[in-house]
Amino acid sequence: MLEPHERSEKCKEMFSLLSEYLNMELPADACREMEAHISGCAPCVEFTESLKKTVELCREYEPEELPAPLGDAAREELLGAYRKMMATRTD
Amino acid sequence: MAGDAGAFDRFVAHFRAKVFQYSWLMCGQREDAEEVAQDTLLKAFESFDQLREPERVRPWIFRIARNACLMKRRKSVFAPSRELSLDEFLPAMEREGGQVKLQIADWSGLPDQEMLRSELKGVLDKAIGELPETYKSVMLMRDVEELSTQETAHVLELSEDVVKTRLHRARLAVRQKLDSYLQSAGGVRVGTA
Ligand SMILES: [Zn+2]
Repeated sequence: MLEPHERSEKCKEMFSLLSEYLNMELPADACREMEAHISGCAPCVEFTESLKKTVELCREYEPEELPAPLGDAAREELLGAYRKMMATRTD
Repeated sequence: MAGDAGAFDRFVAHFRAKVFQYSWLMCGQREDAEEVAQDTLLKAFESFDQLREPERVRPWIFRIARNACLMKRRKSVFAPSRELSLDEFLPAMEREGGQVKLQIADWSGLPDQEMLRSELKGVLDKAIGELPETYKSVMLMRDVEELSTQETAHVLELSEDVVKTRLHRARLAVRQKLDSYLQSAGGVRVGTA
């Protein structure tokens, strides 16, 4: 059993690796160490959950601003470049 | 990209909006963002033969967009700055009677609670908008566009380690703002160790 002081030092160490943990980018041993700590540490569980939910919200996030409708001249310009591209493609 | 007119319009509609939103969030100017979107699409059609892996069209487009965005700015918004310190994002902890307590909002209603969610949208908008640009660009690529670490590193011309470092800080900064909002909206729950 860790003393509260040691525990918060360990928490801090885990804290710095949380995104890599959530992204499954941690090396296997670091990941096991993380899971071992988290399973016995309520504040870390709670914090990790809140970070995970932050990431979920960001993934669903869609900016509200939309560009103005594409004008005719701009569309023609793009279409010209597109046709040129298609014409030079060999496959 | 298929050769029919429908494919052209779908491609343009999709990427024009994506690139516009990215540039809008990075530069904050509607006119610039529309120009960046147009320039990016033109450049993409003109240099399509340089796209080696068609399945990586998104990172390829975003890289062109990022460069177009840089051209719009006299001073680079992507210039490296001091990394934010992790300590700024540590949740308040206090020891009470030998126990470590964490001060954190109640996140349990998320993401299912519809009302909280729609309110949070505005908070999230602001939280992402206020990130320093170097962090915002990483978060937009990794978490919003869901590009991989490697693709993001390529788009932003950063090392993968820097992408990881900045993504973590960006998430922590956004989490902190959402947490303050949730605390003000729903009160604090104190987790016990
Ligand atoms: Zn812990």
